[in-house]
Amino acid sequence: MTVISPNPAPVADVPKAGATRLVDRVFKMRELAILLVFLVMIAVTQAGNSEFLSEQGIKDLLLNATILVLVATGQSLVVITRNVDLSVGSTLGISAFAAGTYLQGGGNPVVAIALAVLLGIGFGLLNGLLVSLGQVPALVVTLGTLYIIRGIDSIWVGSRQITAADLPAGFVDFGSGGISAVPYLALIALAVLVATAYYLKHFGSGRELYALGSNPEAARLAGIPVRKRILAAYTFCGALAGLAGAMYLARFGNVDSGTGNGYELTVVSAVVVGGVVFTGGSGSVYGAALGALLLTSINSVLPALGVSSVWVLAINGILLILAIAVDRIVALRVASALKKRNARHA
Amino acid sequence: MTHPSDTGSAPVLALRDISKSFGAVRALRDVSLELFPGEVHALAGENGAGKSTLIKTLAGVHRPDAGQVLLDGAPVVFHGPGDARDAGIAVIYQEPTLFPDLSIAENIFMGRQPRRALGRIDHKAVHAATAALMQRLGVELDPDRPARGLSIADQQIVEIAKALSFDARVLIMDEPTAALTGSEVARLFGVVRTLREQGAAVLFISHRLEEIFEICQKVTTLRDGAWIASEPLHGMTEDDLVRRMVGRDLEELYPKQDVSPGEVALSVRRLTREGVFTDVSFDVRRGEIVGLAGLVGAGRTEVARAVFGIDRWDAGEVEVDGRELTNGAPSTAMAAGLALVPEDRRAQGLVMDMSIERNIGLTGLRTTVKAGLMDRGAERSRSLDWAVKLQVKYARIADTVNTLSGGNQQKVVLAKWLATGPKVLIVDEPTRGIDVGTKAEVHRLLSQLAADGVAVLMISSDLPEILGMADRVLVMHEGRLTAEISRTDATEETVMAAATGRTAA
Ligand SMILES: Nc1ncnc2c1ncn2[C@@H]1O[C@H](COP(=O)(O)OP(=O)(O)OP(=O)(O)O)[C@@H](O)[C@H]1O
Ligand SMILES: [Mg+2]
Repeated sequence: MTVISPNPAPVADVPKAGATRLVDRVFKMRELAILLVFLVMIAVTQAGNSEFLSEQGIKDLLLNATILVLVATGQSLVVITRNVDLSVGSTLGISAFAAGTYLQGGGNPVVAIALAVLLGIGFGLLNGLLVSLGQVPALVVTLGTLYIIRGIDSIWVGSRQITAADLPAGFVDFGSGGISAVPYLALIALAVLVATAYYLKHFGSGRELYALGSNPEAARLAGIPVRKRILAAYTFCGALAGLAGAMYLARFGNVDSGTGNGYELTVVSAVVVGGVVFTGGSGSVYGAALGALLLTSINSVLPALGVSSVWVLAINGILLILAIAVDRIVALRVASALKKRNARHA
Repeated sequence: MTHPSDTGSAPVLALRDISKSFGAVRALRDVSLELFPGEVHALAGENGAGKSTLIKTLAGVHRPDAGQVLLDGAPVVFHGPGDARDAGIAVIYQEPTLFPDLSIAENIFMGRQPRRALGRIDHKAVHAATAALMQRLGVELDPDRPARGLSIADQQIVEIAKALSFDARVLIMDEPTAALTGSEVARLFGVVRTLREQGAAVLFISHRLEEIFEICQKVTTLRDGAWIASEPLHGMTEDDLVRRMVGRDLEELYPKQDVSPGEVALSVRRLTREGVFTDVSFDVRRGEIVGLAGLVGAGRTEVARAVFGIDRWDAGEVEVDGRELTNGAPSTAMAAGLALVPEDRRAQGLVMDMSIERNIGLTGLRTTVKAGLMDRGAERSRSLDWAVKLQVKYARIADTVNTLSGGNQQKVVLAKWLATGPKVLIVDEPTRGIDVGTKAEVHRLLSQLAADGVAVLMISSDLPEILGMADRVLVMHEGRLTAEISRTDATEETVMAAATGRTAA
């Protein structure tokens, strides 16, 4: 019977066609391009304001990005499967408050974080079930859960508020502390990011997320458990939103019923700016993380340069549209490059 | 041809009295089929006869309404394609099912990649195995290249590689050769023969009857979802098989009418698209059918796309009735009376979730719009007219196109463009995936159109079709026109010689 040995032994020396190299380069370039824009922006700001890159300055920059990076990482997984989770802001808010309430009563910080993550997992599962079982688009389903979770949050929290004074000192110190300029929170986010990226690249179920985003019908025919994978992506996204809630609490110490309101749009922007394509199947979590870093640092750069922060939103919007335009142009160029190299019957 | 006797051996996979309906359409009625190890079994039938439905039932995509699937004699229920795969059944579906964003290697091994420690994918092994498969199939496709943008033939190759990539006991192929040319088909058949000798059971579908006779030992015929016969091919003739499929004798397959060509309708001058085709010049006159032959990848489709304005050309010019066309503007080409029936009909020719009626009507929007509003009545009658002419098999004309069988989808695309009443018609592989009966009908239609004064440029990889239908044969090789052969001089030898670059005398 056919035996295509899965040993790496007979590596037929297939020359890397130019088209492939080009495509590789373009995809890597996407991440490089964001990094470049980011570095240029930082350099310009530093030139205009030498205080910007002080130890505290760097720390603030990283702290601000951490939470967005975390949520964007989770969101990427969902977007890769050609879905979206708009409820992350609500999930973040309610888990932050839940963890805070527990800590207020003198709870253990580790348990508080676990609680936030579990709550996130719960909402993630809910989203995942609704999306994978119902024949309703994810956009509509998660818009619904966005309001539902926010509604529950408002009823439960009312006008109450948690402040840093209510929390154990160790927890708050952890939130703002770090190893010289690198906050602990950023290290956690980095660990999650690297683990997720590794999983997506090296594990079968990770690749299957890309496959089912790329062509859902083909994924079904390839025997991929489509519903299970979508459920898993949402659950993971929810878990990270929950974890981000706990971090939010540690960092700001201040949580009320409005926490995380509208956050989902920032998250989605970060993901798209980072090159995770909205129609599924391509992009990387590193890209999304860079997108998050870029968007949050604009928030710090403008004030440092003495520009009014009212410009922040407009600039975010411009970046978003720019990113989509670049994607489109690159896609067209790559397509024509591939087509020109199709002649294989030499 | 040798005949492995199946006496003594039991069927690996069998269907017993299977029925399957989609709404009111009874796609399969009490169909039975037995696949034996070491045997290639053909499944024959017209478009819409139920062949693909039967395959999808074997593959666990569809659950039968009634009847049993038997694996090694024991009834099994496949809950999904994964179950069938785990049982050792490899399937090549009629429509390519690739992941455009992923590499060819990933496409082939998705869901069952070789693993290293801790369950991680062994990327090196995936790459190497893919390279080995490509070598075995004799093609030079880079395993790391994304599937997006592959030609249909290459997509088909990847599908074949996918099916060969695991130890299948049963290999099922739904029109795997539809997009391939001679040498590739020969390679595929070589691989299939090896598999058969190793004891695999193969189920093969093709509308090219000569292929069935070349590779298969048995044939099962379906007509309108009903089982007609299962019998050895030995001693049967093509006519016998056609009679089983169609239920009557077939008229002439190449009903070419003799016409005297009129003035030049399409004139292509020194057309060049860098890296794709170079210095292509030819004329097509009214009343003429010009065949464009060549190997897959020779640049025929690309020339057609450029002429129609889908792709831009870098140099040269195109005239229709003496009027020069704008580079890269399909709308001016259409306005000038040019129509193009594309090769990749699913991707370029159809809106899959729109009705048959609307799909055929799309190209006629101009003529069926009255005072800015669509005249639905006119659209419907025009669409019905063409659907009937091409014998499209459907339940209701308002059904969406994705419920049609593969061949019937092809017919809808043909209808859509024929309905524009073009002056110049370019058809790219007009009968690919179309059954013999309708093939004759399409040929008759093309011939009739030419007789009515339409200039027809017919791209085809089907040599008998080129030889049977064309007044003149143009041959392309590696992006250049290498020969122009008159109907009287055109033979398989002369055309193939030019197509492979051996200059004909
Ligand atoms: N998903 C579906 N929904 C509704 N009808 C369907 C569906 N799939 C197939 N059919 C119908 O079932 C019948 C058999 O289709 P099938 O695809 O099996 O034909 P086929 O023999 O493979 O034809 P071809 O040679 O054109 O590929 C057709 O009438 C088709 O319209
Ligand atoms: Mg079919």
